[in-house]
Amino acid sequence: MVESRRVNRVPAVEGWYTIDAAPHLLGAKCGSCGTFVFPPRDNGCPNPTCDGDELVRTPLSTRGRVWSYTENRYTPPPPYKAAEPFEPYALVAVELAAEGLIVLGQAPKGVLATDLKVGMEVQLETDVLWAETTDDGSVIEHIVYVWAPAAPSANGSGSPS
Amino acid sequence: MGAGGTVGQWVGESFVSDRDLVVLGVGMHPWGKWGRDFTEYGMVAARAALADARLQWKDIQYVAGADTIRNGYPGFIAGATFAQKLGWTGARVSSSYAACASGAQALQGARASILAGFCDVAMVIGADTTPKGFFAPVGGERKNDPDWLRFHLLGATNPVYFALFARRRMDLHGATSEDFAMVKVKNSRHGLENPNARFRKENTIADVVNSPIVSDPLRLLDICATSDGAAAMIVASREFAEKHLGSLAGVPRIRAVSTVTPTYPQTILELPDFATDSSAVVAPPDRGFKDDICFSAYEEAGIGPDDVSLAEVYDLSTALELDWYEHLGLCAKGEAEALLRSGATTIGGRVPVNPSGGLSCFGEAIPAQAIAQVCEVVWQLRGQADGRQVEGARVGITANQGLFGHGSSVIVSV
Repeated sequence: MVESRRVNRVPAVEGWYTIDAAPHLLGAKCGSCGTFVFPPRDNGCPNPTCDGDELVRTPLSTRGRVWSYTENRYTPPPPYKAAEPFEPYALVAVELAAEGLIVLGQAPKGVLATDLKVGMEVQLETDVLWAETTDDGSVIEHIVYVWAPAAPSANGSGSPS
Repeated sequence: MGAGGTVGQWVGESFVSDRDLVVLGVGMHPWGKWGRDFTEYGMVAARAALADARLQWKDIQYVAGADTIRNGYPGFIAGATFAQKLGWTGARVSSSYAACASGAQALQGARASILAGFCDVAMVIGADTTPKGFFAPVGGERKNDPDWLRFHLLGATNPVYFALFARRRMDLHGATSEDFAMVKVKNSRHGLENPNARFRKENTIADVVNSPIVSDPLRLLDICATSDGAAAMIVASREFAEKHLGSLAGVPRIRAVSTVTPTYPQTILELPDFATDSSAVVAPPDRGFKDDICFSAYEEAGIGPDDVSLAEVYDLSTALELDWYEHLGLCAKGEAEALLRSGATTIGGRVPVNPSGGLSCFGEAIPAQAIAQVCEVVWQLRGQADGRQVEGARVGITANQGLFGHGSSVIVSV
């Protein structure tokens, strides 16, 4: 009988996205002018004509359209923690219509450049960026957001309500 | 050319403005992977530029150094590092960091000091020793540093961003891998006889399209290498140059140095960002960032794209050279592939681009690169570009882009 090891899932960076069953990016929205920022920040609106100093964490649209994409065929240098042996993976820049943002992310493992096209719809998911085994034998999975080809959607927009 | 209201004088066919900077000398250390200390390359380039200017080191009143961030403390204080290397003379110094535009930022510092009357003659200098392979962020775990995080969370190397732009050209303008390869073929021919170029080997379309994919759709031969190298130039006020040379006829002058930053919202995903600015509340500017870099240079010089004899552009990738044709206004958006295929950007064509061979033949020595671009334009305008001369060149423009909202464009004319 194989003993199942304890697995802890933690975000690879704090405060940029949730890693629950319905993950979303956490942007920031200026309380004064309403512009969006990703990665999120707490103060200092980036709109040069706005002196807003209070930015509120806000979930971003979980669906968008591919602005461009690529596929890495060589291992990126540290601090990227690449699996051995290295497997090619895709990166996708995605336009979020409601927020007027383009956000760069990885595609899930196994989704490659041939699976992507400029303009196609994608949705936010999460995947394991890297994992480590601690001294007590438990595993910590460091989770990152990824853009995956979208499943057909009932409402089509994916914008936060 | 003599812009209305500008103070200056006519020298032959050229109007020399009091706001022009005269280029007295240029020099380089050849690009390569030499593995020596960057200050050694800088010293070679500095002495070459001084000899070219027929000036002594002790004549230089101001040293504007372009920084390198991968060579320890001396790299951060490049102005002082080179002043000490060449022997302290009491000259004023400055050190600039603006990523790939550092050399142009240093030039602008020297220019401002000369035009403000604080000095008459200055050296602009940059040199680098680069690591092997991909550029990586500076060491240490820095979870608030976007440059560190893009590597850690995404593995987003520089070629990843180049590839996003290349893919856009393919999907929006119908560019092909063969189009990208043609840029490499052209530049490899241009650089064959350039003594300062690192790669002096003719490449065929087949060489490029059969080289391994690095970041799809870009292949190894589409992407510029990282190199060691150094470039220096000696610039002076009109009065100093006239006294030194007797006449300014046929002497290259810097007419514009554009170092503008983006205007909010920056809606194109640029190195090393995770996301663009938001266009939800503020509409994007009419001119995008890289268009604006070039437009501002033309505006400052009082000329337009039709006046340009040649351009040295930042071909970090083959596809990015095509983007620059459009940012420079050499053709309309989406027509760069047609311009390339027409032969217009090959030496002998209407407006040769990268007659030096470009980054394709040099590789990138970051703090030296924007200075090297100007050096090439100066050699072209003097008719000294042996084996790669653009006949009758009178106006040259450079275009360059770096991380974190940096970029530059310099216009030189005779």
